[in-house]
Amino acid sequence: MDNKFLLRFWQIVLLILLLAGWQTASTFSTKIAFFFGDPAGVAGKLLDWFFIERDIYLHLGVTLIETLLAFAIGTAIGLLVGLWLALNPRAAAIADPFLKAMNAMPRVILAPIFALWFGLGIASKVALAVTLVFFIVFFNVFQGVREVSPTLLANARILGAGRRDLLRHVYLPSAMSWVFSSLHISVGMAFVGAVVGEYLGSARGVGYLILQAEGSFDILTVFAGIVVLTLCALVLDTLVGKAEKHLMRWQPKIGMTEKI
Amino acid sequence: MASDYALSLCDISCTFISRDNPGQRYAAVANTTLNIAPGEFVSVVGPTGCGKTTLLNVGAGLLEPSSGSVTVHGKKLAGINQRAGYMFQADALMPWKSALDNVIVGLLFRGVEQAAARERGIAWLARVGLSGFEDRYPHQLSGGMRKRVAMAQTLILDPDIILMDEPFSALDVQTRQLMENELLDLWSEKKKAVLFITHDLDEAIALSDRVVVLSSGPATHPLGEFPIDLPRPRDVAEIRNQPHFTELHTKIWDVLRDEVLKGYIQHKNVAEE
Ligand SMILES: Nc1ncnc2c1ncn2[C@@H]1O[C@H](COP(=O)(O)OP(=O)(O)OP(=O)(O)O)[C@@H](O)[C@H]1O
Ligand SMILES: [Mg+2]
Repeated sequence: MDNKFLLRFWQIVLLILLLAGWQTASTFSTKIAFFFGDPAGVAGKLLDWFFIERDIYLHLGVTLIETLLAFAIGTAIGLLVGLWLALNPRAAAIADPFLKAMNAMPRVILAPIFALWFGLGIASKVALAVTLVFFIVFFNVFQGVREVSPTLLANARILGAGRRDLLRHVYLPSAMSWVFSSLHISVGMAFVGAVVGEYLGSARGVGYLILQAEGSFDILTVFAGIVVLTLCALVLDTLVGKAEKHLMRWQPKIGMTEKI
Repeated sequence: MASDYALSLCDISCTFISRDNPGQRYAAVANTTLNIAPGEFVSVVGPTGCGKTTLLNVGAGLLEPSSGSVTVHGKKLAGINQRAGYMFQADALMPWKSALDNVIVGLLFRGVEQAAARERGIAWLARVGLSGFEDRYPHQLSGGMRKRVAMAQTLILDPDIILMDEPFSALDVQTRQLMENELLDLWSEKKKAVLFITHDLDEAIALSDRVVVLSSGPATHPLGEFPIDLPRPRDVAEIRNQPHFTELHTKIWDVLRDEVLKGYIQHKNVAEE
């Protein structure tokens, strides 16, 4: 308890030192001020966005909707394809090189194509982020199904499980456990996909704000955008952590004893 | 003749081949015949690694023998043995289901209503001494508790043939005797065919109508069958004090001891090669 408090204390001290250093440096050098902005300016911009002009909410909302849509769609498709391929070894063997190739491809370069197909609205961002999320979920589902212990499977079959029962009571829970444990990465990827998509061409979203500001050398807005994105990512990550803890409560943990 | 048996393993041989290296073969079981009448309690003892689990897997329909046939109540077995309940040697509970959900999962597979299944599940958990542990996940239970959940999971389905692979080896002596008596009660009530595997000769004699001793591997086969003519109903704790129990034990141990030694030396040699 004491230790934790001390840790927090030093973390805050470090943060203040960094900000103070940044502020001082930009006060003394116009070059630094031009390229790095200054914390007070960034804070002013944030204040402006959230409380005075209140024009960030629309953009933030768009980015978050893209993230959530991409996460939901990518997870659903990854789950379906993963289950199907894992349970059909022949189909998996045929699809293997294609999947490997698609996974190896730096998929961010698909952004212009998606923009062409789906326009500059939400859809093209979602599509890009889905391609990022899909593979994470897919590989985890595949692994999850493969990792089911043969004894457990044999037991379920002896107990009378049909194909559908096996899917529902054995394969799906095992696959989901892998999906949940990769939730942090897949949500993060959905977010990255959305922002990068916006950055590469859009009319709304936090990525779009950053792109705009960059065009007019408005370094303060760029930094403010980065701060907003970072905070959002942290919040998402915390929520995911909570969800994971709840969904994975059946998983063994070492040393869950009460400390007296 | 064969149709009289609940489970009949006829002239079974099992040779494992290594998947990566088909030249590498291991004849685990050779020319083994084992018949269990309805209502008969048969124990199989043998040195570790001799092929007991392999035989049980064949009886459950999980493993197809290299040669020989399996008949269940007169019908040739193809695929999973639907009339058998199988308690595995290894952990086979679903880690994502609570103890109660694990116990009732077989009932759900068979189309029993959730509410009715839960009621029966709770009664069965009480029967194996786990009242109040319904909502625990397997990782929150001890090894012995997990075994008891597995036992409830198997027996709740009321199978005609019960296959058990060292079910009680993880339990302490007292709990073990409680469970053994519970099993005997259940068995005598419904007269099921039981094929019971154990390392423990005392346990085998106390429970069974017949004890089969297997030779050490490779090419394991039965070395002898010993009818256990102790009176029933039995209490597993008391029966050990009977003079006839000791006689039987001496007789069977004479056969088993050499095999255990042989098996041990063989495994050691394989390990040193
Ligand atoms: N899938 C397999 N592939 C190759 N060899 C196997 C396989 N399963 C079992 N064996 C071999 O067959 C032999 C018998 O194994 P089995 O599991 O039946 O022994 P067991 O009598 O049950 O031993 P224990 O009492 O220790 O459980 C062992 O030597 C083992 O190495
Ligand atoms: Mg075994």
